[in-house]
Amino acid sequence: MRAMSTRLKVAWAVITILVLVYALFPVFSILATSFKLPSQLNLGTFLPKTWTWSNYEQILTGSAKDLFLPSLRNSIGISLIATFVAVVLATLAAYAIARLDFPGKKLILTTALGVSIFPVVSLVTPLFNLWRNIGLYDTWLGLIIPYLSLTLPISIWTLAAFFRQIPWELEQAAQVDGATAWQAFRKVIVPLAAPGVFTTALIAFFIAWNDFVYGISLTSTSAARPVPAALAFFTGASQFEEPTGAISAAAVVVTVPVVILVLLFQRQIVSGLTQGAVKG
Amino acid sequence: MTAEVATAQTVEDAARPRRKVARSDRARSEARLGWLLAGPAFVVMLLVTLYPILQATYDSLFAYRLTAPDDKEFIGLRNYVEVLTDSVFVQALLVTLLIMVVSVVVELLLGFALALVMHRAITQLRGLLRTVILVPYGIITVVSAFAWFYAFDINSGFVNHWFSWLPFIDTDLNWFAQQGTSLFVIIASEIWKTTPFISLLLLAGLAQVPTELEEAAEVDGATWWQRMRKVVLPNMKAAIMVAVLFRALDAFRIFDNVFIMTNGANGTTVLSLLAYRTSIGRLEIGLGSAISVILFLCVLLICFIAIKLFKVNLAGARGES
Repeated sequence: MRAMSTRLKVAWAVITILVLVYALFPVFSILATSFKLPSQLNLGTFLPKTWTWSNYEQILTGSAKDLFLPSLRNSIGISLIATFVAVVLATLAAYAIARLDFPGKKLILTTALGVSIFPVVSLVTPLFNLWRNIGLYDTWLGLIIPYLSLTLPISIWTLAAFFRQIPWELEQAAQVDGATAWQAFRKVIVPLAAPGVFTTALIAFFIAWNDFVYGISLTSTSAARPVPAALAFFTGASQFEEPTGAISAAAVVVTVPVVILVLLFQRQIVSGLTQGAVKG
Repeated sequence: MTAEVATAQTVEDAARPRRKVARSDRARSEARLGWLLAGPAFVVMLLVTLYPILQATYDSLFAYRLTAPDDKEFIGLRNYVEVLTDSVFVQALLVTLLIMVVSVVVELLLGFALALVMHRAITQLRGLLRTVILVPYGIITVVSAFAWFYAFDINSGFVNHWFSWLPFIDTDLNWFAQQGTSLFVIIASEIWKTTPFISLLLLAGLAQVPTELEEAAEVDGATWWQRMRKVVLPNMKAAIMVAVLFRALDAFRIFDNVFIMTNGANGTTVLSLLAYRTSIGRLEIGLGSAISVILFLCVLLICFIAIKLFKVNLAGARGES
């Protein structure tokens, strides 16, 4: 490639900065708020005048600890289990869709599509009623089951798209070369399929981690309430104090791991998102 | 000779059905294995959606409050009449449609610009751009709602101070005290959070436009705008339609941002919030179920319009073709 003209370089630098500001500004905004002293929240400045860890102390060891820490545990546990179950079921289904020829393949894919566009609020009223009657209200299982309606359809679509691209003939080739069926599967197919499964798990986890409607509707205490729902119930240290600082700090705590995952697996997430949606 | 032919025919006759049996046996065992593997996922999907929506449809035909469960009484479609003639519902529907249309239009333009930037970017920049673009996607909607809320809030915000030089903004402006300004911030946060998704879909669509076509148009002296309109856009129509439909359905279900920022105050109630408040908040299961069913029918209607009128081929664009 020839050297770029200075004008082009400047143009790209400006564009890159604009995109960076667009994508990161709200994140920095809440990060800055999380370091503000409660008494200095109303100064109207972007950056804190005095930097403080007090908001983080409040949610990790202080008065908001009993609100935040259980919800963090719930969010991690429930999202991981819902992701795991969805990915296991979706792997089996996607394998069948990609490799076998059977009537009903289209029906399964169409169902997955239909489930993924379902309005969550339409499902929550009957579940709320049923869960109260059978004792699943405010439990982990009571959230894991409805979370499958969020994580399972996208997992099936994404994995089916991934699996279609695997050169399955390699398995037979390995067997011809003397590998046993199990060796061929483990040494050839698993390494080819693993990135797709991992990416799908990542995307499914993001979706479960993001849920709010199920979280506030189907829980009432810290027994199962996930972080997004808990954030809406934060209160200030005293009756007259806004919980702004504590909420911001909690928001940063749950955002950092996701941003790190995005930074590490950008390429996989992009291909997973677009393959599941548009044939690439 | 005749005997031979006859024998050959019987052999053939005997062989044909056997082959058929063998083939259908294999097909049947493949079908069995297919459903064995895909069946559990299929059943789970039906259980978590079909059962609740049927139950909601059933409940919507009753006067049914959890505060007085014994007074459950069949009233036919009266819940629907009550909802549809309620001005609160009509207003919520209009607000929801407004949010949907504005956010989808802006996201399409912004997302296309971002997709073009990522598409044209030199390799060293492409990774960086795609990574930062994913950050809003990864952030919890509730967190994004708080970020935007605190930035605009009259007490803790900085937006009023930064932009007080604009004619309609001063430090006393309470963004969340009127409908227009509240909706502005709600839509802005929605756009910020979901444009990355749309831009990635459009980027995948851009990658499918044959480069030869574009180069040929350039050689023929077509301007940038002509190339866009005549070559690029027609070739990625499918990707655009799918992106628009998915985002429209998503925006129609908007809940989190509204709940966090205004909780429906000052005419910002959306349909999802109305359904939530009726059934979970006021425990009016019958009435809330009716709103849930209407919401579901609206989503179906949007899909129907998209597929019939705009010929969006969802299955085709989603990799099944």
